Amino acid sequence: MVTGTIDEMLLLIPLLPLLGFGINAFFGRRLPKAVSGGIACLAILGSFAVSAAAVWSLVAGSAGAFEQTVFTWMTSGDLDVGFTLRLDHLSALMVLVVTGIGSLIHIYSTGYMSEEVDSEYARYFSYLNLFAAFMLVLVLGANFPVMFVGWEGVGLCSYLLIGFWFKKRSAADAGKKAFIVNRIGDFGFILGMLLIFTTFGTLEFQAVAAAAAARAPEAAMGVMTIATLLLFLGATGKSAQIPLYVWLPDAMEGPTPVSALIHAATMVTAGVYMIGRNAVLFEHAPITLAVVAGVGVATALMAGTIGLVQNDIKRVLAYSTVSQLGYMFLAMGVGAYAAGIFHLYTHAFFKALLFLGSGAVIHALAGEQDLRNMGGLKKHLPITYWTFLIGALAIAGVPGLAGFFSKDEILFKTFISGTPGHLLMWGLGVTTSLLTATYMFRLVFLTFHGERRHDAPAPAHPEEEEAAAHAQAIDAPVGPGGAVPPPSAPHAHHAPAVRQAHADEDHGHGHGHGGHGTPHEAPWSMAIPLIVLAIGSIFAGYIGVPHALGGSNRIETFLEPAFEAHASPAGETSAAAPPPMARVLLASQAHDVQPGADTHAADDHHADTRTELMLMALSSGIALAGIGLAAYFWLRNRAAAGALAARFRPVHQMLLGKYYVDEAYDAAFVQPLKALSAGGLWKGVDAGVIDSGVNGVGLAVSGSSGLLRRMQTGSLRTYALSLFLGVVAILGYYLFL
Amino acid sequence: MVSLNHFLILSGVLFSIGTAGVFLRRNLITVLLSIEVMLNAVNLTFVAVGRYLGTVDGQIITFFVMTVAAAEAAIGLALVITLFRHRETLNPDAYTALKW
Repeated sequence: MVTGTIDEMLLLIPLLPLLGFGINAFFGRRLPKAVSGGIACLAILGSFAVSAAAVWSLVAGSAGAFEQTVFTWMTSGDLDVGFTLRLDHLSALMVLVVTGIGSLIHIYSTGYMSEEVDSEYARYFSYLNLFAAFMLVLVLGANFPVMFVGWEGVGLCSYLLIGFWFKKRSAADAGKKAFIVNRIGDFGFILGMLLIFTTFGTLEFQAVAAAAAARAPEAAMGVMTIATLLLFLGATGKSAQIPLYVWLPDAMEGPTPVSALIHAATMVTAGVYMIGRNAVLFEHAPITLAVVAGVGVATALMAGTIGLVQNDIKRVLAYSTVSQLGYMFLAMGVGAYAAGIFHLYTHAFFKALLFLGSGAVIHALAGEQDLRNMGGLKKHLPITYWTFLIGALAIAGVPGLAGFFSKDEILFKTFISGTPGHLLMWGLGVTTSLLTATYMFRLVFLTFHGERRHDAPAPAHPEEEEAAAHAQAIDAPVGPGGAVPPPSAPHAHHAPAVRQAHADEDHGHGHGHGGHGTPHEAPWSMAIPLIVLAIGSIFAGYIGVPHALGGSNRIETFLEPAFEAHASPAGETSAAAPPPMARVLLASQAHDVQPGADTHAADDHHADTRTELMLMALSSGIALAGIGLAAYFWLRNRAAAGALAARFRPVHQMLLGKYYVDEAYDAAFVQPLKALSAGGLWKGVDAGVIDSGVNGVGLAVSGSSGLLRRMQTGSLRTYALSLFLGVVAILGYYLFL
Repeated sequence: MVSLNHFLILSGVLFSIGTAGVFLRRNLITVLLSIEVMLNAVNLTFVAVGRYLGTVDGQIITFFVMTVAAAEAAIGLALVITLFRHRETLNPDAYTALKW
């Protein structure tokens, strides 16, 4: 739209990581670690630099967006899709988050993965770069198909990285689970995309928004409602919401920096981003919005309760991620798009921080992930402790830190929204924030305070030993990165640090008691990202200080243009899609706000400020109460926690079993599908119909030839007779017919 | 007056006798002889029709057929001798290897 240079720079943003991927994928196994890691970090840092430059000129310039059509991708009839990248305010924020946090995590990974062999190391970094490239395509795509390329690509990278230690059975399974569950959502996304094309005749986001803005919002189920519901199904898959959230906790099988980058900070927010991208469309489907909000808050609450009792440090964080994503969807559902994206952005900081911090803990304890075997790490890991504490304070919503501003914004917007049941949703949201504070500080206290414990039941060794033996015996699988681990690499399926433990100790005890030595603080390559992210977790929120606290909520003003339709005539747009603030007012006071009643609006604004301040005080109190609760149960009086768990044993068991959703899905979908596949499709259709069809043709041919060959008697006389009769018949035919 | 039809009927009778000989006799040499009878029945037809039409074409073709028949007889007898050496019999029903 504006200067040619910036427009052409957009392609560089995803291209640089892609280049890094290419180099590491094709030559990585011959490169030393410093080179392959360096290339990967440089690629993403370069991408970050280009993004920053592009965003800078976007903010400084007057243009609303930059657009670059790289090539025409598909042209067929009415369909004309270009491979178009578009940088507007919304994607600008996302690009900065992806490349910025991505860079930090790349740097962190150079330390965390340093115990891998060279080829595995290069494979890891090639995947990481590939992921960044696809995520940037997803974010920058100016139409549905380009976004879908990124959408599928990050799914693929997620699969590759979760299953990075693919010799470990559970990791390979978790990778498959993530991929398959995501495919279910992707199916919805494709259907939604097709429905949008048949309805609006275009797949460009801007054009779709303009076309949707020209329509009246659908009060009942209509085509826009169905399309947005299908898109939302895609979002539940990618962003781990009910009913498709089950893959995310299992995704913790991957290396911890991957969990931080993909399964906390960036990829899982794709669904939230997609809804923000299509805000105008969703705005015209109130039923969908109500569903989005309901699913979001239900997910937030459910994941929060599960997180309260889990014993794996990464799983607690995983459920916390699901829960926070639920908040974002709640915001989207009540029409507070800016608040949702704001929370996405702050969450990226503190969740990446928390994951990287947990990675440092796991690293220090040589692969130990069980909270019951931790404790007292504060004095050994000061940097990790303080940064982790900041992250926990931020996510708990303690005033002054990033999470406070964004979470309160969501709760406030929910409280004043016109969505049916908004007060219930608000109540559940507040309950969840209490849970958040509690389980986060349970994590902090159990990990860093008190004394070191070894309470966890010993893991099942025989099975693991078998797996290890098996892994060594086959030892040949070649990863997509072309990496063949040398036979000397012991137990390539374990977390990197565990290897040392295995090397030092007896085989059977390596995993369970790997961390008897003094835990060691993370190396600088890991500590620096922690510190940077901690600073981010404190200050990231200050771009969105609400009006009620004397700020100007710049983030909302900044993002607002992205949630409106631009291409349509101005009057029509404002009539059909009022800006969020006005709409919220319209919704909450629809009965007394008349067009032009400015005084009313001003009064309402004051009332809103008072409400907001009260809500803020309430949720601050709740955050502190949650921390206090955690302190009482897990710091002061740990017996009380055990007593409580024993008293409400069924509830505790249910939470520990994650509401048995995995088991329910297994019984409801996996087993019937397996039975159908084995009994019906395999033994019935394949063996019964197809195989017997093929065999039947063979049998029919051999049977009929058995009959036919009896004609070949070998007797001269018979042959002569048939020859004769044939001649007679032919002659007779020509002479008499 | 001997008309064309008489010749044709004689020829048909000879041909039928030859054919019957081929199918019914149990001696390979007799079968060869029967084939000669069939050929000569055809020759007779050619000559008769040639005469009836007033052309020499029929006679020319007859010469060809006689040449071929001579060659056939030579090769056929040679084969019969070889077969006899092989199996010690001239019954065509004994030779049933010509199948599958």
